[in-house]
Amino acid sequence: MTAPTDFTIAEARDALNAGTVSARELTEAHIAAMEAARELNAFITETPDRALEDADESDARRAKGEALGPLDGIPLAIKDLFCTEGVMTTAASHILEGFVPPYESSVSGNLRTAGSVMLGKTNLDEFAMGSSNETSYFGNVENPWRRDGDNRPLVPGGSSGGAAAAVSGRLCLGATGTDTGGSIRQPAAFCGIVGMKPTYGRCSRWGVVAFASSLDQAGPMTRSVRDAAILLGGMAGFDPKDSTSADRAVPDFEAALKVSVQGLRVGIPAEYAVDGMNSETSTLWDQGKAWLKDAGAELVDISLPHTKYALPAYYIIAPAEASSNLARYDGVRYGQRVEGDDLTELYENTRAAGFGIEVRRRILIGTYVLSAGYYDAYYIKAQKVRALIARDFTQAYEKCDVILTPTTPGPAFAAGEKSDDPIAMYLNDVLTVPASLAGLPAISVPAGLSGDGLPLGLHLIGKAFDEETMFRAAQALEDAAGFDDRPGQR
Amino acid sequence: MSLLEGRTGDWEIVIGLEVHAQVTSKSKLFSGASTEFGAEPNSQVSLVDVAMPGMLPVINAHAVEQAVRTGLGLNAQINLVSIFDRKNYFYPDLPQGYQISQFLDPVVGKGEIEIDLADGTSRTIGITRLHLEQDAGKSIHDQDPRKTLIDLNRSGVALMEIVSEPDMRSAEEAGAYVTKIRSIVRYLGTCDGNMQEGSMRADVNVSVRKPGGELGTRSEVKNVNSIRFIREAIEYEARRQIEIIEDGGTVDQETRLFDPDRGETRSMRSKEESHDYRYFPDPDLLPLELEQSWVDAIRESLPELPDQKKHRFISDYGLSVDDAAQLIAERETAAYFEAVAEGRDPKIAANWVTGELFGALNRTDTDLSASSVSADMLGNLVDLIADGTLSNRLAKEVFEIMFDSGDDPEKIVEEKGMKQVTDTGAIEAAVDDAIAAGAAQVEQYKGGNEKVLGWFVGQVMKSTQGKANPQVVNEILRKKLDG
Repeated sequence: MTAPTDFTIAEARDALNAGTVSARELTEAHIAAMEAARELNAFITETPDRALEDADESDARRAKGEALGPLDGIPLAIKDLFCTEGVMTTAASHILEGFVPPYESSVSGNLRTAGSVMLGKTNLDEFAMGSSNETSYFGNVENPWRRDGDNRPLVPGGSSGGAAAAVSGRLCLGATGTDTGGSIRQPAAFCGIVGMKPTYGRCSRWGVVAFASSLDQAGPMTRSVRDAAILLGGMAGFDPKDSTSADRAVPDFEAALKVSVQGLRVGIPAEYAVDGMNSETSTLWDQGKAWLKDAGAELVDISLPHTKYALPAYYIIAPAEASSNLARYDGVRYGQRVEGDDLTELYENTRAAGFGIEVRRRILIGTYVLSAGYYDAYYIKAQKVRALIARDFTQAYEKCDVILTPTTPGPAFAAGEKSDDPIAMYLNDVLTVPASLAGLPAISVPAGLSGDGLPLGLHLIGKAFDEETMFRAAQALEDAAGFDDRPGQR
Repeated sequence: MSLLEGRTGDWEIVIGLEVHAQVTSKSKLFSGASTEFGAEPNSQVSLVDVAMPGMLPVINAHAVEQAVRTGLGLNAQINLVSIFDRKNYFYPDLPQGYQISQFLDPVVGKGEIEIDLADGTSRTIGITRLHLEQDAGKSIHDQDPRKTLIDLNRSGVALMEIVSEPDMRSAEEAGAYVTKIRSIVRYLGTCDGNMQEGSMRADVNVSVRKPGGELGTRSEVKNVNSIRFIREAIEYEARRQIEIIEDGGTVDQETRLFDPDRGETRSMRSKEESHDYRYFPDPDLLPLELEQSWVDAIRESLPELPDQKKHRFISDYGLSVDDAAQLIAERETAAYFEAVAEGRDPKIAANWVTGELFGALNRTDTDLSASSVSADMLGNLVDLIADGTLSNRLAKEVFEIMFDSGDDPEKIVEEKGMKQVTDTGAIEAAVDDAIAAGAAQVEQYKGGNEKVLGWFVGQVMKSTQGKANPQVVNEILRKKLDG
């Protein structure tokens, strides 16, 4: 019999429905796994007591025949960027250490309402700024995977590194992540799991600590495409408290998986063969094309000509918004405060002590690109590039239904390997950022291993609010890849 | 044109105003917290207003409607697409670290209003724009020797910033402009215009130049909260700038504060110290898109506006600009006047309202709504003059009694026996008595001194306790003295 920690969400749901496992048993197994894997540092806060209470309530509902749906009793981890009522929420920053919100984010609230069990709050890059989970005030997260014959710890990717490590390391059945430029998809690829960013507006941003408002989007991180579809169904939905939330019905994403990819037009963008892409990655990309073709899809060559400008535009827009979004952390009302002789000193002392180096770097970049005399040259130009990138996709989707690319140029790297070189670090996002700028749904599916035994992901980008087609293609990739490797097995 | 005289000749003042008017709305611009005035500090603060992590603004549709209504009242263009921007700066009473405002694309564009001046003329003043923005909280510096206390009740309250063209040329014009803006928003119900409570305040931009010359460097006097202070600040600022220039100096472009106790302005910060606000479109909010049909429906629902009413009073009632301007300032006053004027001589009605009534209200610091003299009562008083029951002089006495007691004028006339005497017999007797008593005056009159007639009138009035119809007295006196 499968261990409860090895279940997919779909399997756990079926087992709960069949009565072969209880929510309490599932939860206890995961609490034990979390305790045994503390060296991964995947969680900032564990909430075992509350998890067990949630589990017991779920079991009680089920006993009365009042189970709520597919997520009732499912143990999940919540990225510590979602505000959770009564549970410390830090965004992995010293400046919010000790902050306990009196409110629950809409997405985590939706998951609570669906009956899921919260195991704890996962680690991340500080304020979700990073691609390696090395900028957290609460320490690095380790990737559960190791290179063959090399025991050096690897990064899990970022910013949702704790979530990716927790899902990959069997510490939870699924987790919420957030993605601004690749923060769900890149760590999913590094940790050999599925990570999905929905269309901008599909999930409410209310109660999620903001990094870059026009890009931030919550999404599921799971061990199967089906699980991602189920979990997204529990997270998504219109929220009048978020003005950018889309007033659209949430489709049955899981039902979409039944439809084959026969006749689906899969776009292959020439421009995604970027410099620095590792040869194993290009080989895997070719493999992915072949898999989809074999499954009945049609491959279409497309062009997304402004791709190369996406990363620079992103690293103007995201810091610009962040510099303003993070102004509220001033030591006046909540979070950490370092006193000073006057107001300016209080601000300076608090923010210097409260923010780590990457956050400070991005605040400085953002402040610079918005300042008088530079605004047109940087911010306005970046917004024009963003519009051109969105137009590239619109034109490409006249010829295809979904786009296939690799998720990252290469597999996970060792801790410290790129942390001194911000540009090398930012290049991790080169393939994920365009979909973020265009607000499109995208998913990373684990599809193979590198020569030294590390997972690699394939990336599908869908049309706006057409997650269903993207999920169908992802299911076809998953079926063909048959990826069943897990960390620590070789 | 009103000019100021300096040592080197005449100077022209150029004034532009930014009026901040609090939108009449139960809740704030982007949160559901209450906007009621005078609540306990920090009792009307939502999670959004205090800028908790992850909180998001949601536009208050009513505030947008109020802004559009005001824009229409300013005869201004309504922009069907407008954008909210963030104005970034750090201050403890600004919890988000930015104010949500509208920078490049405001909801209301160019418009114009008329201002009415004491000399009975009117001028048109251009409106540059009106935009919506959040108010900041209140920093209280005087309750603790070291600490500053913050009240966030006002944080996030909706303001309309109404920006004028630099079209005003005197403190009087600026005062008339704010008076008219206040009148318009009160007619529309979009702002209560209460300057004491801070519902309306103005930033005043002042520069001076030789008449018709190049525009001078301006200073901006921030947050002036009464029409009198606005006028004083302009007078002071213009004099200060003229003095600097005439002494060979140059005016600094700077932000200044008005000190009402000393009646002077003081430097707050120079251009070099000014903030770089790093405006950019707020990514938490989509562009504000309005339907033309929705704007048209608001236009249909507008009341008659002050300037329209003024023109109607002038053309239909034959009033002077000055009387009309006084009467239309408040909607209630205009309605009161129209009730008095109905079926009566409108000019006489206007004189009574702007003269005796306003005088008595001012003297007793009473609001029209609390006046003991209703429009009906004043109308009856005017009727008693028209039918000869009361002379103007008697009527004024009746008015005073009426204002103090709240009694009907007929009752006062009846009880106090204040009826005008038009009975020629009685008046003739009184005239005869006066002539008999004033032999010397009769001589003077016959000698050509017409002025002495007044003495006789006085005597007659004295003996009739002022009730004699003065016209009749005059007629009889002349007949007897000349005869």
